[in-house]
Amino acid sequence: MPTPTLPDNRGRFGPYGGRYVPETLMPALLELEEEYAKVKKDRRFQADLAYYLKQYVGRPTSLYRADRLIKRLGGAKIYLKREDLCHTGAHKINNAIGQALLAVRMKKPRVIAETGAGQHGVATATAAAMFGLECEIYMGTEDMERQALNVFRMRLLGAKVTGVDAGSRTLKDAISEAMRDWTTNVRTTHYILGSVLGAHPYPMMIRDFQAIIGREARKQILAAEGKLPNYLVACVGGGSNSIGLFHAFLKDPKVKMIGVEAGGTGITSGKHAARFSGGKPGVLQGTMTYLLQDDNGQINLTHSVSAGLDYAAVGPEHSLYHDLGRIDYTYATDSEAMAAFDLLAREEGIVPALESAHAIAHVVKLAPTLKKSQLIIANLSGRGDKDVQQVARMRGVTL
Amino acid sequence: MSGRLDSTFSRLRQNKEKALIAYLMAGDPGLAETEQLVVALEQAGADIIELGVPFSDPIADGPVIQQAAERALKNGTSLRLILAAVTSLRQRTEIPIILMLYYNSIHAMGCEEFCKAASDAGVDGLIVPDMPPDEAGPLKGPADAVGLSLIFLLAPTSTTDRRKLVAKESHGFVYYVSLTGITGAKLSNATDIQQNIEKLRKVSAAPVAVGFGVATPEDAARVSKMADGVIVGSAIVKQIAAHQQDPGMVKHVATFVQSLKAAMVVG
Repeated sequence: MPTPTLPDNRGRFGPYGGRYVPETLMPALLELEEEYAKVKKDRRFQADLAYYLKQYVGRPTSLYRADRLIKRLGGAKIYLKREDLCHTGAHKINNAIGQALLAVRMKKPRVIAETGAGQHGVATATAAAMFGLECEIYMGTEDMERQALNVFRMRLLGAKVTGVDAGSRTLKDAISEAMRDWTTNVRTTHYILGSVLGAHPYPMMIRDFQAIIGREARKQILAAEGKLPNYLVACVGGGSNSIGLFHAFLKDPKVKMIGVEAGGTGITSGKHAARFSGGKPGVLQGTMTYLLQDDNGQINLTHSVSAGLDYAAVGPEHSLYHDLGRIDYTYATDSEAMAAFDLLAREEGIVPALESAHAIAHVVKLAPTLKKSQLIIANLSGRGDKDVQQVARMRGVTL
Repeated sequence: MSGRLDSTFSRLRQNKEKALIAYLMAGDPGLAETEQLVVALEQAGADIIELGVPFSDPIADGPVIQQAAERALKNGTSLRLILAAVTSLRQRTEIPIILMLYYNSIHAMGCEEFCKAASDAGVDGLIVPDMPPDEAGPLKGPADAVGLSLIFLLAPTSTTDRRKLVAKESHGFVYYVSLTGITGAKLSNATDIQQNIEKLRKVSAAPVAVGFGVATPEDAARVSKMADGVIVGSAIVKQIAAHQQDPGMVKHVATFVQSLKAAMVVG
């Protein structure tokens, strides 16, 4: 059984992970690893982090029993971990605050980040504003169009938003451009990567910053029900909200975990981002992990209605748990996610992010197959305000 | 390791010359043109050819080489076809050929199969920009077994420990990245380059070649005073891009390469 002591000292989760970066970045990654190891044990840092998470982010987020959804679906009792209630509207801020604090400590006056759906960009711009750091966000031009509202939000927060017009013009290309910026400005800049991706120590560090989700949920479910959940369900793009929820339960063998990838228009269509359904191991953007790629190792274009899940690779820790069978991975298609988006809005008065709607879509399939005494916790990783314009556009509604 | 690489550097050393290493994106505009370019650039004074293997997500490259990779991929260029082109080139030239490729291209074929195929084709060395020595384990054995030189990069940010590691693991030559940045950026301060090369010479007897940001005959002249080799990439690729449709493209690029070599110091 895997334990939270992963990764090993070379940044490996079994065969996955590692540090596949240009030499220019190696000293920065080694410095980051060293600094992070220090702050992990530093009471002052941890106290500062706890303070900002409580007073600024609004943690702990609630664990909400979704009674009308339970009634509608029949079967298991469903709890939603309400990361959508965090400041800025998603779990991304947990990591952005942690890394911004680290940047301050490393005396780096400038931070950069990539963003897909815009949530991580907004979280980084927010943390940068609050700590007085210069901030530049890279975003694919395709995503800038899909998430125009978040682009404006980032600019309101004082960040410079730079469009990336290369490749598929989505998250993957934004990460490459951010890595190029970091390579160029490494002496003055910290790269706040947004998911459990990239070279060591990022997958470990970001997991640690997000693991608060599961630690809270574990306490909350024990208080509410006196027992552990039977299932945890979360969507998986890079995989930070899911690993954040799952991590505190990995040592509980009876807790089943399901990661929901973006099925796009279906696996056979080739237009999806379900790495565990159509991918194989390889190296992209600093890490060895499951990738959607062709026989020559060229990275495939991906598709999802949700910009935050639209990425060709998945966090390396997920790849290990996939191979070990500790976490099951499935997918929800665009149309299943859209149906879940409507369902949650109408039954519970919660408009979920399109990313999180993928997790809800799986709950819709899973809950009716379970007994009333069984418990599901689904991670509602973000709210859907940012998606309202896109959904209206898809339905031909002019706002 | 590689006979061709080592004998080129020792011949140049005897003649008190510096190596001009010319980078081409294989398959840009097409592999037939790449073959013609290799032969023409050798005649124009290039001592070593570095062939880029196009990758969809080249994190170490600037826009000039990214766009060249996109063009090459669009016309169907693949690693296997590039190796076939090298095989065919070996009937005509003995110039050392190094592949610059991202690790996923190798991983997709498998390290052992790739090394054997590359060596059979007549490739002399490998530069894998997203694979520092720390991660090179799986490639090292298969590369050593067939005599392919693994060439590692050293950066201005490299610490003493990293310098020693790169010096120890690098074969053929050490690739000194002149700047903190990506390919095609502007050449940085010559004093920094000089100082870093001097530090490297204390821990390594291998030749040192400097790349990233060398764009003009003047740059080549400056860098050749400090290093054993000068690597020119984006500036050559830019010439190819500008003359894509021009029947005189090969000649044009050869003239540029000639001007680079002419500017480099002798003695």
